[in-house]
Amino acid sequence: MQSSTLLLLTLVLALVAYGLGYARSRSLAMPLGGIRHLKSLPFYYGARAALWCVIPGLLVLVSWAAFQDKVIQTLVIGSLPQDMVPDSEGEASLLLSKISNVASGALPPAFVDGPIAAAAERLESLRQQSQFLMSSLVISVTVLAGFLGWVRVGPRVNARAQVESILKWLFFSCAALAILTTMGIIFSVAFETFRFFQQISFIEFFFGTNWSPQTALRADQVAAQGAFGMIPLFTGTLLISAIAMVVAVPVGLLSAIYLSEYANKRVRGVVKPLLEMLAGIPTVVYGFFAALTVAPFIADFAASLGIDASSQSALAAGGVMGIMIIPFVSSLSDDVINAVPQTLRDGSLALGATQSETMKKVIFPAALPGIMGGILLAVSRAIGETMIVVMAAGLAANLTANPLETVTTVTVQIVTLLTGDQEFDSAKTLAAFALGAMLFLATLLLNVVALKIVRKYREQYD
Amino acid sequence: MTDQRSQAEIVRRSLKARYRKELRFRAYGILAIAIALSALVVLFADIIGKGYTGFIKTTITMEVPLDGEMMYLDDATDARQLKNADFVEPLLQALIKQVPGANQDDKDAVRDLLNPYASIELRNILKAHPDWLGTTQTITVLAHTDVDVYVKHAGDDAYSIKLTERQQRWVDQLLEKGVVDTSFNDVLFSNGDSRDPSRAGVLGAIVGSLLTMFVTLVLSFPIGIAAAIYLEEFAPQNKFTDFIEVNINNLAAVPSIIFGLLGLAVFINLFGLPRSVPFVGGLVLTLMTLPTIIISSRAAIKSVPPSIREAAEGIGASKMQVVLHHVLPLAMPGMLTGSIIGMAQALGETAPLLLIGMVAFIVDVPTGFFDSATVLPVQVFLWAGSPELAFIERASAAIMVLLTFLISMNALAVWLRKRLERRW
Repeated sequence: MQSSTLLLLTLVLALVAYGLGYARSRSLAMPLGGIRHLKSLPFYYGARAALWCVIPGLLVLVSWAAFQDKVIQTLVIGSLPQDMVPDSEGEASLLLSKISNVASGALPPAFVDGPIAAAAERLESLRQQSQFLMSSLVISVTVLAGFLGWVRVGPRVNARAQVESILKWLFFSCAALAILTTMGIIFSVAFETFRFFQQISFIEFFFGTNWSPQTALRADQVAAQGAFGMIPLFTGTLLISAIAMVVAVPVGLLSAIYLSEYANKRVRGVVKPLLEMLAGIPTVVYGFFAALTVAPFIADFAASLGIDASSQSALAAGGVMGIMIIPFVSSLSDDVINAVPQTLRDGSLALGATQSETMKKVIFPAALPGIMGGILLAVSRAIGETMIVVMAAGLAANLTANPLETVTTVTVQIVTLLTGDQEFDSAKTLAAFALGAMLFLATLLLNVVALKIVRKYREQYD
Repeated sequence: MTDQRSQAEIVRRSLKARYRKELRFRAYGILAIAIALSALVVLFADIIGKGYTGFIKTTITMEVPLDGEMMYLDDATDARQLKNADFVEPLLQALIKQVPGANQDDKDAVRDLLNPYASIELRNILKAHPDWLGTTQTITVLAHTDVDVYVKHAGDDAYSIKLTERQQRWVDQLLEKGVVDTSFNDVLFSNGDSRDPSRAGVLGAIVGSLLTMFVTLVLSFPIGIAAAIYLEEFAPQNKFTDFIEVNINNLAAVPSIIFGLLGLAVFINLFGLPRSVPFVGGLVLTLMTLPTIIISSRAAIKSVPPSIREAAEGIGASKMQVVLHHVLPLAMPGMLTGSIIGMAQALGETAPLLLIGMVAFIVDVPTGFFDSATVLPVQVFLWAGSPELAFIERASAAIMVLLTFLISMNALAVWLRKRLERRW
């Protein structure tokens, strides 16, 4: 049976259990003189039976479906004759795709070696067995648990409390999913990063100034020795982020100040949503704009001044990224400025200061920590931004501070290393995960600091 | 006395300077807003200016003699004959007749005006109307991409015109006669991707986006609300709860590409799920949008006044009943608006989907959650990177479609908020 039909069946069984539990509780209540003699409402008895039924079944179904392919693949590979067992993961995946092609009929068995055809047959039979086992296990667990739930319906049973505690646990596990996600990120990235550092030394990665991740596909290939120094990538990332901040911080901050201190309600009501629209535009649109409009414009403009500019410049990517970040800076600063108590403002104005003096000398210093926190968050966003740089910055790792030259960033390299053909144990693909780890750590650090600052500052006036 | 006057003078002067400063400061603010808004205007103008031609297609309309002998076809209901018949020749002959000064020697040059797809169109027409065989019919087919580019961008230096000068003259004359004409590009909305710009459409990407969004919505909405309820109503004040909270706030600020790495390592490499399918895309986007939904749902729950809770508790409802029967319905509008905004973000997201392989060139419109598919923003990315300039206008058109979806989602959120907002 297919997993989806099985899922549907489990849900139908749960419905049946609900109906049976409901009916049984009512019929048990009848001789006692009505449902008010039950500990809980019939609805809860039904819900309890349904939950009893569905939870174990789903757990079995999900865990089986999640791991069955891996287990079957390992079994199939293990059953191959000694001399055909692949030594690397890349070979294993090649072999597996060959085997599954034979199994699915895309490749006629006559075209491959005997053991592979046998493995394909084995794969097919294992799959069928696994499907059958899964189906029977899930159905029997569901029915058995549902039956138990049904038997244990009784007028003294506090079904409501049970249902509610199950629900509470369910809610809890949904909240805990956040932790699971974080752990998933850390483990998936850390594991591959660890394997990367088994092949490439720390020193080369952190202090190397040369990045050219093309590695040899075959051992005897010439001139394909990869170099994995991340310094040019990080300088490129920092250069583009710096350009973005140069655009976003003054524009965002000044517009936030104007909107919160000077603008009347109507102007604010129109301008604020328009500014926020900038944040809602997908990054791929900004990338398109940067690559096809801004970058050629900058190159032409520079050429007309007699300056040499690359067609993919850091300036184009950074500038457009700055535009994207404006609403981010402005709405965060707006919040912080509005959180400064009115008494400070009134006091300063009463002393005869003009509005701009009040702003510059009183409110801005008071809001500064919060604004700094917001800017740090914006920096983290600029560092992690992908699509704009993938489309508008270059691919060549270039150690330069000239904004008119092409640079590459960490995120660009992650995307280019992981799209297209790849084998999963080469330094080249593992490098992407190492870069991802660095990116995650860098942005995590910025976020934690920024969130701390923002929170701490907000508490001061509350 | 003179001393006092000079003091007043100083004050007046400094006041003047201070007011000037005040004005300047105000002007800076206005300037900043003007810069931000003009960036928005330029962006939209650029996209629309580049993309409106993407909504136009160039067609050729002519009297085509559906001569059985010429097509090697004597029974249009026979599938095998239809497969082998020659549908180029009748179109070619009809077009030669229309082109002034062209004869049989110019066959190749004339054929270059016809879209390679035109013969398939003609076959489909004959399949639908087998009785037309032997008659002459007025038929409209797509023009060649080069003709399309020439018709739309004749004066534009950015586009290289691939037609020869003679062909250009022909197209001009055909345009005057009305044989070559432009109309609304319905192909864009009825086709999947294609290597040929004139036949490329966004239908596959739209369906892929809808499937992906469906998975994301079905998973992230209930999970997000459940998590928000737990954190807001049931969670004890302890270290572990704090840890969950910090985690959620951090996840909201983690770069989206990291979620792509997670999806690649866990869903594809560990669980062995297939690459580039809406199901996996939906899973990754779920993890990405969950923090947004949780944070906004918590705010919505927080805004329900305690008096409602106390009233329900007062008549003997359990904590869970208070939450499910009273708090949740009242907080629902706020949760909905938050979720719509989260979904809009997910709809525009590209980077994590690149890593799970949704960049493949896919012609077919996906039909299920486990079919290879692409989504709208990735389609934009693919077309924007294409060396053929004719794809750029398609990419801009796809952006307009994407923005239409996003703006209507955001408008829906605003409308919902206005409509369902309650003041306590």
